[in-house]
Amino acid sequence: MKDKPIMTEGQQKTKARNLFVISILSLLIVVVFIISMNTGFIKLSPLEVLRTLFGFGTDKQQLILFEFRLPRIIISILVGMGLAVSGCILQGISRNALADPGILGINAGAGLAVMLFISFFPSTTATPVFLLPILAFAGAGITAIIIYTLAYKRHVGISPMRLLLTGVAVAAGISAAMIVLTLRLSPENYQFVATWLAGSIWGSNWKFVLSLLPWIVVLLPFVFSKARVLNVLNLGDLTATGLGASIEKERRVLLAAAVGLAGASVSVSGGIGFVGLIGPHLARQLVGSRHQFLLPAAALTGGLLVLIADTIGRWILQPSEIPAGIVVAVIGAPYFLYLLSRLKD
Amino acid sequence: MSTPAEVSAEIEELVKMKKHSHPIMAVIVLFGGMFALLLAIGLSISFGAADIQLATVWTAVFHFNPDITQHQIIREIRLPRVLGAAMVGACFAVAGALMQGMTRNPLADSGLLGLNAGAAFMLALCFAFLPGLSYMYVIMYSFLGAGLGVGIVYGVGSMSRGGLTPMRLVLAGAAVSALLGALSEGVALYFRIGQDLAFWYAGGVSGTKWIHLQIMSPWIIAAMIGAVILSRSITLLSLGEEISIGLGQRTKTIKFFGMIIVLILAGAAVSVVGAVGFVGLIVPHLTRFLVGHDYRWIIPCSIVLGGLLVVLADLAARMINPPYETPIGALIALIGVPFFLYLARKGGKEL
Repeated sequence: MKDKPIMTEGQQKTKARNLFVISILSLLIVVVFIISMNTGFIKLSPLEVLRTLFGFGTDKQQLILFEFRLPRIIISILVGMGLAVSGCILQGISRNALADPGILGINAGAGLAVMLFISFFPSTTATPVFLLPILAFAGAGITAIIIYTLAYKRHVGISPMRLLLTGVAVAAGISAAMIVLTLRLSPENYQFVATWLAGSIWGSNWKFVLSLLPWIVVLLPFVFSKARVLNVLNLGDLTATGLGASIEKERRVLLAAAVGLAGASVSVSGGIGFVGLIGPHLARQLVGSRHQFLLPAAALTGGLLVLIADTIGRWILQPSEIPAGIVVAVIGAPYFLYLLSRLKD
Repeated sequence: MSTPAEVSAEIEELVKMKKHSHPIMAVIVLFGGMFALLLAIGLSISFGAADIQLATVWTAVFHFNPDITQHQIIREIRLPRVLGAAMVGACFAVAGALMQGMTRNPLADSGLLGLNAGAAFMLALCFAFLPGLSYMYVIMYSFLGAGLGVGIVYGVGSMSRGGLTPMRLVLAGAAVSALLGALSEGVALYFRIGQDLAFWYAGGVSGTKWIHLQIMSPWIIAAMIGAVILSRSITLLSLGEEISIGLGQRTKTIKFFGMIIVLILAGAAVSVVGAVGFVGLIVPHLTRFLVGHDYRWIIPCSIVLGGLLVVLADLAARMINPPYETPIGALIALIGVPFFLYLARKGGKEL
């Protein structure tokens, strides 16, 4: 599949337009990035931020920027990218516009794994953070398998609606289990878990950036390289088989990638829902449904979304913070309802 | 209005329904359930940090002596708690039964359809903006909140292309619950009332006081009587709207009053116990399985079995990990989720 298909003039135009959209999105991220750097309990003017970025700030400014704000901002972007691309894959392979790692219960599974670990090894300082994404991946994976198995019906396969319904139920069960677990925690761990469940960017130091980054850096390009496969899968199983794609295998690989992205993101951000839903949808409105453009655009929209949510959450009720998850839910739930009302099944 | 063929089809349905109701079984369930409920209440009172004999429970209730500490504990802490549990269970169960019957949606439950989250959100607002509000008004706001939640869910459901399918309602309910939950959490964080609200999220009856029961009971009793009065019409509605209209029912009026009753029941229950889900899902199905499809039996039996379920869950919640209490919401969800999955798998053909 190396040879480039010949493009018509119309396709070239779309391509140019899509590239333009993608560069605008990247630019927006940079703008919000700078705004976010200025936002916080301690005021820094844009000029001070720039000076500090290039190494001319006071020690205090350096500390605030490099140790508190920068890692948090980067994590927000990475988490948003991970969740949105994960949602994009899930929507593609299930051909269900409402699929999202949060609604499907995958986030909850990752969360449970992280929380089990924290409740058995309570000293968060000694916790090797690199382990968290792996644990979350395992939790998310097991949950995904459970949901898939429960939703699978012989001779009928997976119906998109039943998949969602099963996800909702499994997520409810997992959150019940989590509530039970929180009771066994010490007060300080409880506080931590409570904010975590609300979907706060909690792992705001460089260690967590480093633990999340490899997952994103490896999985995103891999998924992007599978854009064609996703396009084909999107046409439906019959067509896909007709076109010679070994759908089951491809689907499983892509599902694993989606689970990995969601799991790793959730391990540092907690229960941020709806990003995987909104990101891909906005992207689809902007660049259309060909995954070559859709995936990068979704990644950028998702990153932008969580970054904006976290910035708003830090800014709106100073000095207290609103977890990004709450901000995203306030935007995301109405959007989900809107999509639900337009969907025909 | 309807052709002879349709009428005969209706009559056939009615006959089928008669076949599917088991009055003798219903009487057994009703009285057996009441007996079990009384026993569970007695056990629940006697079990706790201070062990109390069942005989003491008896004397505390019927020959109260304020000088005995155990009598005091029973009167002031354990009795309101267990009665609260029973009431709340009955409320959720009847609300679920009514919703399932009226909407012919086997997945209807106040937790799944956003009522509980709506009531909890309104309570968070009350705590934040109107601290010290008397419980009388708190409960009113709770009704309003329940109405808000279910209003949004049904609004979205009815605006949808393809109408109100059970699955669509559940998904809309999940999204509305997520939204209202996030808003409550935001309010709680900002006003630093998370501690006060925590028990609502988890769901527990430990804070129930006599005053709650006093204020709640007139509403609940009125709603329950209303539910029993409506029960015959609900049975007909559960057979289908056309049949119900064909038999001369005013379905709009029935649905309106039914929904008001549901809001009162769910709102009152949430104001005491918090957003406990799945009671309204499990109990009516269980009851239908035992006593058949006649709501004149289903509703009274749901009252009893719902009360029994929550009293037992509360008892279990205290026994699992003493001295800590496991949230009953979590316990019931652990039974409710597999049950929900089972129903969803069946595709909701049976009601």
